[in-house]
Amino acid sequence: MTDFVLHRREILAKALADRGDALVVTGLGSSTWDLASLGDRPENFYLWGAMGNSAMIGLGLAIARPERRVVVVTGDGEMLMGLTSFTTIGARRPSNLAICVLDNERYTETGRQPTATGLGTDLAAVAKACGFPTTATIRTEAEAGQLGELLLRTPGPVMAVAKVVDEPLPMAVPPRDGGYLKTRFRIGLLGEKAATQP
Amino acid sequence: MDDHWSVAAHRHFKAAGVRQVAYVPDGGLTRLIERCREDNAIETVMCATEEEGVGLAAGAWLGGQKAAVLMQSSGVGNTVNAIASLVTSAQFPFFAIVTMRGQWGEGNPWQVPMGQAVAPVLEAIGVKVFHADTAEDVGAMVEAGLRMAYSSDQAVAVLVSQRVIGSKVWVADNKEGAQ
Repeated sequence: MTDFVLHRREILAKALADRGDALVVTGLGSSTWDLASLGDRPENFYLWGAMGNSAMIGLGLAIARPERRVVVVTGDGEMLMGLTSFTTIGARRPSNLAICVLDNERYTETGRQPTATGLGTDLAAVAKACGFPTTATIRTEAEAGQLGELLLRTPGPVMAVAKVVDEPLPMAVPPRDGGYLKTRFRIGLLGEKAATQP
Repeated sequence: MDDHWSVAAHRHFKAAGVRQVAYVPDGGLTRLIERCREDNAIETVMCATEEEGVGLAAGAWLGGQKAAVLMQSSGVGNTVNAIASLVTSAQFPFFAIVTMRGQWGEGNPWQVPMGQAVAPVLEAIGVKVFHADTAEDVGAMVEAGLRMAYSSDQAVAVLVSQRVIGSKVWVADNKEGAQ
């Protein structure tokens, strides 16, 4: 735990610097604040609830838009709650889906209690065992340099787990109205007419 | 002509433009799942647990596609936070077909409590519940439910009665071993 060197917002900022038209879904809590800290945009869908569901939202989106890259950014606690989705994604294997787990081995929002990822669970190994063709656990700056390639260009489904420092960070609060976030995302992706007059 | 309810349900999926179908298998859903799997215009996604289907349907809608989620009544219990916290909070359209257990002539006592709780639980989290008590009801309710879900941004569940599906009967056969 103490030997972690990567800072979650730094590696995420670098990885998504050239995200282009990639669509990004975040798991609730820290990952939502992390993505918001990089700048709000319509192609971001932030979860403020629905813990454990980020990967499956990513799958539904990836199936609907095969021409677009879909990146799910979430934390270890959120991913552990959605662990069954590894089997579903591994069976379907969408090539345009990548999942990034920013793993500080803590339930950060609820008081920094330890998660199972610090006590034996290897999320990348689980994903590999479920059929993900590309999995990685990232611990060093050099490895973090590959994160953008993994998330944006490597054929998926990709599971990239980055072990990150457990650190207090300023809150970056995106819009919290789910209906607004949903409609804004759809207008950005589909155009106003298709999004509002389905 | 095949008048099984799954034929009408599938036809209404097509007419409404449903493109993704998430399911956790149930005996009562077998024929509808088969029809959807055989349809190249529908992407079927087998889920390990029902809450996954809720996320999939929301993601599909973000990407411009309509989805339907198929589950047994027990699975409704697994969907509660996903529906309340995602679908209802963000006013996502949502459409589910739930095949009922624990309801009409149930022979397995372990199915009864969740089966009886399905409608009140769904209503408590904002889902509009349609009760299909006959095979004819199912098709009409699927058509109306999909329209209500996707034209009015509502969450709708069609509960297909155990009376329509038929109750499982357990009879111990001591000569052949227990079933």
